[in-house]
Amino acid sequence: MKSKITPSVAGPLFKRIGQSVRRGSNRAGTSGDPGKYLPKTMLFHFRPRRVPEEAVRFTHTWGLGGMAFVLIMLLFGTGLLLKLVYKPFPDMAYDSILMIQHEIRFGLWVRNVHHWSANILVIILFLHMQRVFFTGGFHHPRQFNWVIGMVLFLLILASNFTGYLLPWDQLAYWAITISTGMLDYVPFLGGWLQAVIRGGTEIGPASLLLFFAVHTAVLPAGICMVGLFHFWRVRKAGGVVVPLVPDEEEAERRRTPVFPDLLLRELVVALVVVAFVLIFSALINAPLDMKANPGLSPNPAKAPWFFIGLQELLLHVHPVFSVLVIPVLLSGGLLLVPYINYASNRGGIWFYSENGRRMGIYAVAAAVLFTAAGILGDAFFFDFTTALPMLPPVVGSGLLPVIIFTGAAAVFLMALKRRFSADSNEAVQSLYIFLMVMYVVLTITCLWFRGTDMALAWPWGK
Amino acid sequence: MFKKKNQMKTREAASLTPRRRFLNMLWWLLGGLALAELIGLVIAFIKPGKAMQPLEGYGGLITCGQAADFPAGTVTAFQRGHFYLSRLENGGFLALSRKCTHLGCTVIWDEEKSRFECPCHASAFNLMGDVISKPAPRALDYYAVNIENSVVTVDTGKKMKRQRFSADQVTAI
Ligand code: HEM
Ligand code: FES
Repeated sequence: MKSKITPSVAGPLFKRIGQSVRRGSNRAGTSGDPGKYLPKTMLFHFRPRRVPEEAVRFTHTWGLGGMAFVLIMLLFGTGLLLKLVYKPFPDMAYDSILMIQHEIRFGLWVRNVHHWSANILVIILFLHMQRVFFTGGFHHPRQFNWVIGMVLFLLILASNFTGYLLPWDQLAYWAITISTGMLDYVPFLGGWLQAVIRGGTEIGPASLLLFFAVHTAVLPAGICMVGLFHFWRVRKAGGVVVPLVPDEEEAERRRTPVFPDLLLRELVVALVVVAFVLIFSALINAPLDMKANPGLSPNPAKAPWFFIGLQELLLHVHPVFSVLVIPVLLSGGLLLVPYINYASNRGGIWFYSENGRRMGIYAVAAAVLFTAAGILGDAFFFDFTTALPMLPPVVGSGLLPVIIFTGAAAVFLMALKRRFSADSNEAVQSLYIFLMVMYVVLTITCLWFRGTDMALAWPWGK
Repeated sequence: MFKKKNQMKTREAASLTPRRRFLNMLWWLLGGLALAELIGLVIAFIKPGKAMQPLEGYGGLITCGQAADFPAGTVTAFQRGHFYLSRLENGGFLALSRKCTHLGCTVIWDEEKSRFECPCHASAFNLMGDVISKPAPRALDYYAVNIENSVVTVDTGKKMKRQRFSADQVTAI
């Protein structure tokens, strides 16, 4: 069969070039204005033509995945600009940041946009993950996309972590020192891992160069690749999760065209996010402390805020548990969320059921209470780390408190399950809520309620 | 479309001769080898302690001075070597790493209270480096001290870990 080829146009050079870019259509059924062909077909490689009506409702996804994408684009843009001036060497890094802030027009603002986008992104991703979980977006056929999402989250956390060191101020230096210091407590592999990450025994020139390379090349490339994979799987699963209907009704589902209904909404969300970040960055500066001084530690020294929950945990239970066993079990559990045997694969409904919603409220309350009780009890009533000298520390300050805490939580969750005669979806959801809220409480405590010497203190005290 | 592909696959598999199978295995082997080489290459580049390391002074041999210049019961800081030279009451020497064993902050010698204090989370250590206040889990690391012709040198090349102080860690004149 002979394919129909658009005749080349004669005429001015620029017109012919323009025509060649747009290519025109040579497929049946796509005739019409060739100018619209290229953008349209490219678009429809990422998007279907029409999607179920529920899928475009803002409160169905809160646009969180899209927001994450917008923030990543802001980060790439501002990051490239910063990279043109920044120098990854201990004796120059801090000064190059000062130069960006004081001598380059809009330099301060660009740095602020990069800083705030990165931090907001972590929060948005956390919320996106909650959205996916609570709308059951991880069930078949989206199981593996949850895992891909977790990998993306990990890459973004790693980006934030490596970026944290680059300003080479006191904040950066000591936060990275103590977070990599936690690796000392991991048996066997920890010391080696720490040496590789630090590029030596202490945070120094080798660490800065390594962090810079990973932050500006390895992770961005990884994020692009895994991100595309993530989007592709969303598309392959037939778009975002919506309530299932029986097959015979599927054809009658009310659908709405992606263009303009979905795209315009996404554009609005994107513009609002961009506007918010730009204005926020014009008003509030990213922190910059004194230049790093390896001989002078600050009091207190805290890990970056997204890891600070672990530091809080480290204050209460034996290091083997707080930096190894508990994080590994929790992240392993999160990865396996889609692969649990559920009573139902029903997705697309927030919180699964009315029962699930009510149980969730109890789980939130219990998590806040239990965690606060644990922290306060350890501080004021019974200090496991010193109270039981006859036991080996791994047991006395590790196994024992962990068993007591998980035991109490387990009894509560069983009772909750029985009281509501919950199915496995509702039970897993309650457990998930409990753990998430627990980590949030730990984070908030260490971030805002710990002052000098890491003692408990009110955030408004000094 | 998928079906066709699968059918093809099974037909192929059935007709694989031993020679074909052997060659296929060879491909996998070569691929694995290439991957191993790549990993080795990356490790060579990220291996800690590359040539750019020794921060000036730290990591090598450091000369501290005449033994007689350090009175008993005092602590002298050697910024360049990242350690404190501790002269015990009995006249012995101990070179203590300045790195807190809790999470790695830099400890400070408090002359008045006669103890090392960590500003980060309030650990404290005595003249010998033993923990006197938590959360630090073990005594400060130490370096080998050498005294020759009454000149004190410290080898900051290898740091030694310990649970607590014991007399055999001390170098006497
Ligand atoms: C770089 C980070 C990420 C980006 C840019 C991103 C982006 C997106 C976008 C645009 C969607 C379409 C629906 C929506 O807008 O909410 C989506 C869906 C999804 N995301 Fe993410 N995401 C990221 C990280 C994560 C994480 C951390 C998880 C969870 C562990 C996750 C799991 C999922 C799943 C399972 C879906 C399909 C859910 C459904 O179809 O309803 N993603 N993601
Ligand atoms: S690092 Fe010294 S007490 Fe935490």
